[in-house]
Amino acid sequence: MKNIIKIKSRGLKVFYGNFQALYDIDMDIESNKVTALIGPSGCGKSTFLRSINRLNELIDGVRIEGQIYIDDKPVYEKDVDVVALRKKVGMVFQKPSAFPMSIYENVAYGPRIHGIKDKRTLDEIVEKSLKAANLWDEVRDRLKSPATGLSGGQQQRLVIARVLAVNPEVILMDEPASALDPVSTARLEELIAELRTDYTIVIVTHNMQQAARVSDYTGFFLNGRLVEYNRTDELFVNPRDKRTEDYITGRFG
Amino acid sequence: MRTVNLREKLLTGVFWLAALAIAAILMVIIGYVVLKGISSVNFEFLFSPPARAGKEGGISTTIISTLYLVLGSLVLAVPIGVASAVYLEEYAHKNSRFAYLVNLTAETLAGIPSIVFGLFGFVFFVIFLGWGWSILSGAMTMAIMILPTITRTSQEAILAVPREYRENSLALGAGKWQTIRKIVLPSALPGIATGIILSIGRAVGETAALLLTAGSSLGMPASVTDPARTMAVHLYILAMEGISMERAFGTAFVIILFIVIINYAAHYGMKRLFPLKK
Repeated sequence: MKNIIKIKSRGLKVFYGNFQALYDIDMDIESNKVTALIGPSGCGKSTFLRSINRLNELIDGVRIEGQIYIDDKPVYEKDVDVVALRKKVGMVFQKPSAFPMSIYENVAYGPRIHGIKDKRTLDEIVEKSLKAANLWDEVRDRLKSPATGLSGGQQQRLVIARVLAVNPEVILMDEPASALDPVSTARLEELIAELRTDYTIVIVTHNMQQAARVSDYTGFFLNGRLVEYNRTDELFVNPRDKRTEDYITGRFG
Repeated sequence: MRTVNLREKLLTGVFWLAALAIAAILMVIIGYVVLKGISSVNFEFLFSPPARAGKEGGISTTIISTLYLVLGSLVLAVPIGVASAVYLEEYAHKNSRFAYLVNLTAETLAGIPSIVFGLFGFVFFVIFLGWGWSILSGAMTMAIMILPTITRTSQEAILAVPREYRENSLALGAGKWQTIRKIVLPSALPGIATGIILSIGRAVGETAALLLTAGSSLGMPASVTDPARTMAVHLYILAMEGISMERAFGTAFVIILFIVIINYAAHYGMKRLFPLKK
């Protein structure tokens, strides 16, 4: 079970109208590892992330060329079932956003969407997902209370539980800790480390220490190109590209 | 420093007075109506039909007619208004000419005086379609009148739903319609309800347009093709034709009560339903 490639990007180009956000991205993302995407604002790392679950398509005027493969199956084909894709590839966003319903309903939302109606099955999924997201102990007594009453850090773990509830294989995280306080961030990073056993995680982060702490691999994006991609310990200690070195030593960005 | 302080105090006073004026005007009007009206409101007034053109008897038929007209116009306008708001905010492309046209139309419609709608309803529904003075003609006219309000407030409510909700829902594999039905519309419902309450207020208070389309029959309407006289129209006629000022105030009192009950019920209903479902 070593070195299985979960996600493969080949010649991926993304355009927003006339603006080209990504240039020929070739990238292999390993299964059951944490891969961090770093780079300054507007470098294309979030665009890349959102290409994996085809969330980019929601933007008016977006055009995508090249291909992404998950488990060697192309993502950008006419007959690809986007619902199945997004079920397989979950996503956690920057701003923790619990839906305005109860904690229970938040976690049950995905399974319900995908047709699970049985109360007992739902109960099990909710409990399992909240446990996996390290939130169960804090909310077990108030599953029926509004989720919007949770703290930011708790909401972000709830969002992760909500993602886990649809049983994904890949979890994309778009700066998941940028709106959290240091304690919540630490808890989130612990959680990411635990989730690695069962999931392939791709995380976009502005925080290089965070990338160094949580990831196995790191990709450095600049101006829509993947400049350098390597094992995290290599990239941070021995950057090969001058621009990577400048970035991680804080000379720009 | 002293002059600055003085000016601050003076300004605060001016604003306070303005706020007081609002409260006072409202209190005086409602107080006056209640004082003058409450004496004629009793069980008989509420539950018996008018006699001798309203000089005697009660206002039961006008209460029922008001309910019919309000319900009728809502049944017609709410689905269309909310659906068009969903289309404009969720489906239409930003630069769509059609969406621009619909927005412009809604805005223009919202600014047209009700009597113009009344005239249109009279010519089109009452005469051309041959529906006569009836609840149907009146409700159709009122529906057209309140449609822009419902559309605009629904649009605003839908627009105010955080983008993150939609993204999160779609990223979980939900379809667009599932997202709208399960996340967007429930989140927007309090705002949509505000538009509906405003519309009910307008419908309850409307007179001229309804005189032209629903008529002023005092009988109890038995079907949607029957003419009907709402409380507001009744009040207008009682006062205008000098039939009974006392009963006009009694009717006004019931109208205010009606509005208060609707507002309270909507508010209470919202609190029960949101932010938590299940």
